[in-house]
Amino acid sequence: MSRLLQWVFGRLPIGWLQLTHKRGRFAAALAGVAFANVLVFVQLGLMNSMATATLKPYGFFQADVMISAGNANALAEGNNVARQWMLQALADPDVTEGMGLFVGNVPWDRGGNEIVFTTFGIDPARPAFLAPTVSDGLHLLQVQGVAILDRLARGLPADEAAAIRPQTPLRFETLGRTLTAMSTFAGGGGFGGDGFMLVSDQTFLSLFPSRTSAAPDHILLRLRPGADVTATVARLRGVISDKTLRVRSYADAAQEDLHYQQTQRPTGVIFGFGVLIGVLVGLVIVYQVLSADVADHMREYATFKAMGYGPRFFLGIVLEEALVLGLLGFLPGLAIGTAILTLMAKVTTLPLLMTPGMAVTVFVGTVVFSALSGVIATRRLAAADPADLF
Amino acid sequence: MTDAPIVAVKELNHWFGTGDARKQAMFDITLSLPRGSFTVLMGPSGSGKTTLLTLVGCLRAVQDGSVRLLGRELLGAGADELTRQRQQLGFIFQAHNLHESLTAAQNVVMGAQVRPGVPDDIAQKAAARALGLVGLSDRMDYLPANLSGGQKQRVAVARALVGNPALVLADEPTAALDKDSAADVVDLLKRLGAARGTTTLLVTHDPRILDRADRILTLEDGRIVSDSGKQ
Repeated sequence: MSRLLQWVFGRLPIGWLQLTHKRGRFAAALAGVAFANVLVFVQLGLMNSMATATLKPYGFFQADVMISAGNANALAEGNNVARQWMLQALADPDVTEGMGLFVGNVPWDRGGNEIVFTTFGIDPARPAFLAPTVSDGLHLLQVQGVAILDRLARGLPADEAAAIRPQTPLRFETLGRTLTAMSTFAGGGGFGGDGFMLVSDQTFLSLFPSRTSAAPDHILLRLRPGADVTATVARLRGVISDKTLRVRSYADAAQEDLHYQQTQRPTGVIFGFGVLIGVLVGLVIVYQVLSADVADHMREYATFKAMGYGPRFFLGIVLEEALVLGLLGFLPGLAIGTAILTLMAKVTTLPLLMTPGMAVTVFVGTVVFSALSGVIATRRLAAADPADLF
Repeated sequence: MTDAPIVAVKELNHWFGTGDARKQAMFDITLSLPRGSFTVLMGPSGSGKTTLLTLVGCLRAVQDGSVRLLGRELLGAGADELTRQRQQLGFIFQAHNLHESLTAAQNVVMGAQVRPGVPDDIAQKAAARALGLVGLSDRMDYLPANLSGGQKQRVAVARALVGNPALVLADEPTAALDKDSAADVVDLLKRLGAARGTTTLLVTHDPRILDRADRILTLEDGRIVSDSGKQ
């Protein structure tokens, strides 16, 4: 390693030699940087999981435009929308199909272990609105009381979920009704529920007697292929006289929901602060490591200064140390961070993943922040007066 | 050219502190050090020896008077100019000040590479040669912690001389050494300096090494009170 760095820098790798001279301290420094990485990985993992969990249900459906109530910041929030607006939207030449989407939470009491399903009531006669990942067994929903269950739902044993088939359905009681799960799809636990469930709109209305078919939670629209979604949305906003409604492209609705979750909901704000705190703590740790190293070698730096070495030389040493710490601290941080996220995902069923994007972001951030800390730490060197050596 | 002094100090005054606390430490110092000379600077503590050494060594800015080093005037020189000037010098410190993380050879390489443009392989060969001259060829890969006090100071001598400086400034280089090691280090310094035409200015309290000096300057209260070599 020493020879490699010597070849890279064209000089003695003093930073490396200093760091590795006291192996125990070097290990502690690497542990500090790795810890900072783990901290950021976990916080980023949580924040990303919220984003993944928020966007996941949008992936169950295939729509171009969504009409929602003005206060419907999220898929499962807000007032209802009158079905009449769907009929009006269908008059647009580019709108080919419409479907009312009902959303509600359905608890399943499993004898002390309650699973809350975020339940979507859909029209099984309109399969085009369902993504292929969830449409398996969709025709079964035409039978009243049939459900398609999320086999990854938190609290649902995997073997029990795997056994659900039309021939071996799973019956359960909820909200005073009996539902029959005949098929499954891969959803996963989120922050608003333990998993998802698909039922027909008629079954949904039987579960929620206070709701009516004339007022779904959202209206989904599909446009003819090649239609301009932005232009259609603009036209629909013009013809729908209820200006309190939100007429958006489906993609915009998903992004606005995500933005709302990240900036308005307590969990999103907390996770965002978590990342910020993780980064700040990481910065402090790296700075402390480098700063302590500079302080430890102040007399040697003063000697080099007396010999005629200039500020760029010292900056080079500290940046070299920062780079070494950033690189070598990242690898165990990545390994431990991945292990923790995997464990947390298993326990919580939240989509906690170590993504390549996260790894690259944290790696670049670690190197940049390490370098930044190094630059700040070299300011202490200005205090090293070589005349004091005599 | 060869007659030009390496160091020419004229009417040098220096103060420390500001305002009411301002105190003069050097009074009207004038001296010159010819090429190849071995000068010992003596005097009691607080007499100004170290201040003179640091002024000549470009470690402090000259406030008043003139210090010409290798033909360049130091009065008014900026920090960058002083740093460049220091690259032409060799320094030996009382406590050797070797870098604890670097081997003997690597410490000496640092002395060779202080001047820009010295390739790594040339610096390493020069360091090996310098360590050979001070009798430490078999200790090149030793860390300072594994060397004796005398050996450390010999590494420091090699580090100071490896770049063939015109002037070596040594501050109490024998203070922490036993009698034999002290004589060994001073003899090395004098012999290698003479062979290369290096001028040496050595601050010491150590009477054991006075007989090696070409010239002995004594300072008291910031003034030169005796100069054994004065013409």
